[in-house]
Amino acid sequence: MADHPLVRPLRRPAAGTRAYGLVAGMWIRSALAYRASFLMMAAGNFAATALDFVAIYLMFRHVDALGGFTLPEVALLYGTTSTSFGLTDLVLGNMDRVGRRVRDGTMDTLLVRPVPVLAHVAADRFALHRLGRLGQGLLLLVWSLSRVDVHWTPVTVLLVPLMLLSGSLIFAAVFVAGGAFQFRAGDASEVQNAFTYGGTTLLQYPPTVFAQDLVRGVTFVVPLAFVNWLPALRLLGRDDPLGLPGWADFASPAVALACCALAGLAWRAGLRGYRSTGS
Amino acid sequence: MRLYATVAVSSFRRYATYRLATVAGVFTNTVFGFIVAYTFIALWSERPHLGGYDRDQALTFVWTSQALLAAACLIGGGFQVELQERIRSGDVAVDLYRPADLQLWWLAGDLGRAAFELLGRGVAPMTVGVLAFGLALPTSPLTWAAFLLSVLLGLLVGFALRYLVALCAFWLLDGSGVNTLQGLLCMFFSGSLLPLNVFPGAFGDIARALPWAALLQVPADVLLGRHHGATGIGAALAFQAVWAVLLLAAGRALQAAATRKVVVQGG
Amino acid sequence: MPTTPAGPPATEAPLIELDGVEKVFHVRRRTGLLRRERREVRAVDGLTFRVPRGEMVGYIGPNGAGKSTTVKMLTGILVPSAGRLRVAGTDPSRERERLARRIGVVFGQRTTLWWDLPLRDSYGLVRRMYRIPERRYRENLERCVELLDLAALLDVPVRQLSLGQRMRGDIAAALLHDPEVLYLDEPTIGLDVVSKAKVRNVLRDVNAERGTTVLLTTHDLTDIEQLCKRVMVIDHGRLVYDGGLDGLLTAGGGERTLVVDLEREFPPIEDVPGARVVRVEGPRQWLAFAAGGSAAPLVAAVAERYPLVDLSVREPAIEDVIARMYADRPAA
Repeated sequence: MADHPLVRPLRRPAAGTRAYGLVAGMWIRSALAYRASFLMMAAGNFAATALDFVAIYLMFRHVDALGGFTLPEVALLYGTTSTSFGLTDLVLGNMDRVGRRVRDGTMDTLLVRPVPVLAHVAADRFALHRLGRLGQGLLLLVWSLSRVDVHWTPVTVLLVPLMLLSGSLIFAAVFVAGGAFQFRAGDASEVQNAFTYGGTTLLQYPPTVFAQDLVRGVTFVVPLAFVNWLPALRLLGRDDPLGLPGWADFASPAVALACCALAGLAWRAGLRGYRSTGS
Repeated sequence: MRLYATVAVSSFRRYATYRLATVAGVFTNTVFGFIVAYTFIALWSERPHLGGYDRDQALTFVWTSQALLAAACLIGGGFQVELQERIRSGDVAVDLYRPADLQLWWLAGDLGRAAFELLGRGVAPMTVGVLAFGLALPTSPLTWAAFLLSVLLGLLVGFALRYLVALCAFWLLDGSGVNTLQGLLCMFFSGSLLPLNVFPGAFGDIARALPWAALLQVPADVLLGRHHGATGIGAALAFQAVWAVLLLAAGRALQAAATRKVVVQGG
Repeated sequence: MPTTPAGPPATEAPLIELDGVEKVFHVRRRTGLLRRERREVRAVDGLTFRVPRGEMVGYIGPNGAGKSTTVKMLTGILVPSAGRLRVAGTDPSRERERLARRIGVVFGQRTTLWWDLPLRDSYGLVRRMYRIPERRYRENLERCVELLDLAALLDVPVRQLSLGQRMRGDIAAALLHDPEVLYLDEPTIGLDVVSKAKVRNVLRDVNAERGTTVLLTTHDLTDIEQLCKRVMVIDHGRLVYDGGLDGLLTAGGGERTLVVDLEREFPPIEDVPGARVVRVEGPRQWLAFAAGGSAAPLVAAVAERYPLVDLSVREPAIEDVIARMYADRPAA
């Protein structure tokens, strides 16, 4: 195919997005056909994550601040990570099925389709009810923004959507890398939960709560701190516990892109490994 | 009796075959243990005697919760989807005609599973907790014995609740709604998110009287030595036993109704 | 070693070309509590063959012979360890997605359809995924619905279909985009007689009408007999036979069996040339004869001498034929 060299790198993302839309669209139509069941599952999804916050709320019945952060400030952390994670969970939540697909052979049936397999794996069995988690995160985000004391400038205003998007991309990289790992160790898909669900649970609390080594780990090794901690601390006008330079608060988009590139490489390596060894 | 022992053993073996999955589960439980432990340290350093726990007791609660998480299905899991699938497909009719009691059959399987998850997924996180935080564990073997008995009673209550939910599939087209509801109630009212003694006022009193308290809160309090003397521990175990008997009996009643329904309608 | 293909002489480049293709798996096996053993398994070991456009080829062999591995390499799912493999002039493993538009695949053991969705939705998705023009899609769907008798099944979720219904649904899905080549991995395994007949019918139809090249792996010699002029046999990853079915039966030294029901009990039939009695049960007798030969003269000879009530011919089981062929070959 004689593509323009500038068009070629966009071909696969475009093909992947189209395929994702096709497959996910069909699952959405199917979910909406059973409206009562869908609403119930979405409500359950909403409630399951909301109870997390109820626990935090109950903690604040006994204390005024946790790690030096007030309830609205913790809610900001909670709302930002839950929104980012909720978005990623909605789009890529099915990446934990890779191991099962390899084991039961359905990975092969996806590989005979004329579409990028990553998009197909992610979109298959698209679960619209995961909107519940996203909705809960957004609600808390809006509430917290109305309660925290932020010096709003064009920069801080822009920082909010940038943080949410970068956060989603960092979580997306974790999901894709986790999927790649399952080509090797299919039974170990739960390891991924430590970084996805565990990651978002961690980020719901202020970094001051945790041991320095743990904070260092999620800053420099698995850079979850860039999901919301660093940019949100800037919004709240607080210093980060590691004393990183000020520009680190704006580094989230770059970190997110680097993570996605690495995860993409990991996925390719995983898929190549599968295709050269089979199951 | 021998039949049910066989069922329990084979269920134990079935779960024991997934070694890698077990290791992965231990890893995830441990990571969550650390996260929650640090939030509790922050909470208890603000309010040193919150809920009557000192800091070490609060940390012990965290790791006990991670150790029991899989065994007692505190945040999901269990047999109910499998049983509901058998009810939906009508295969349950075969089970009902078997010379074995349906409830005891599934109970044996669930206890076998729980036994494995207690050993495979419970011991390791607890050990990590002890090494990392130095927990407030008892030294008296009697307290440990009482703890294990309390865990067993908690497992019975957990099974009984999930069995009731599973049998709803005889009357409901889609059992996933009640499953979700039970899962949410269990997650919250077992104390897996926050110990029930931290729940405020009358809400806390109610939460501590509900059956889900038997799954984690009561065993953890027995381990922490919060019940004094034989009468204190006896009362805690009696609370669990009463719920276990009530809920298992309700399960039998529902099972009888379901059996009549199958016989009358042919499944 | 493989003989020349029995199909028509190819005027253009063959659609499928394999030259010394190998596939080696590394299998790790637990041998003790902590010890593991790494072992090499040559699933496909130096495979060379060509399939010209428009041919319908049977690809047979015992379990674990390397059939599915071959199909997975032909579709680009698996990358060969060595050798050269071309389908329609391209390397499947490198051009997997692009080639996917030109091939159809049916796995007998698992569906390529979407488990929870009605057939009709699955087909609609296939249409958009393969960018099939609307008119072409409608024509193809109509034909498949008719030939495979799917009309009543279109609105049923795939998980509720019986095995035979699901297989018919899968075959239709693989044909909607007019593939140049169709790979079927055990498409008739476990099917009822009616479904089997329908499957064979549609394969015959696409091959004759559309010129679709078909590669069919199967355990059922009747599939081959009814559909394929050419058959390839693979065992331990190597091609052990390539030619017509008759030749295979002769080469394998296999015997077919004529089962005759006579009016009453007779002593074993010994006066019919070219056959020998292998079993007698009351009025029923089993006569074995060379698989390469025809049953007609034999039937005539029996009918001439005995009061014949009923008869049937039984094919040798594929495993027996191959086992015998393999036993006859000098150890490699």
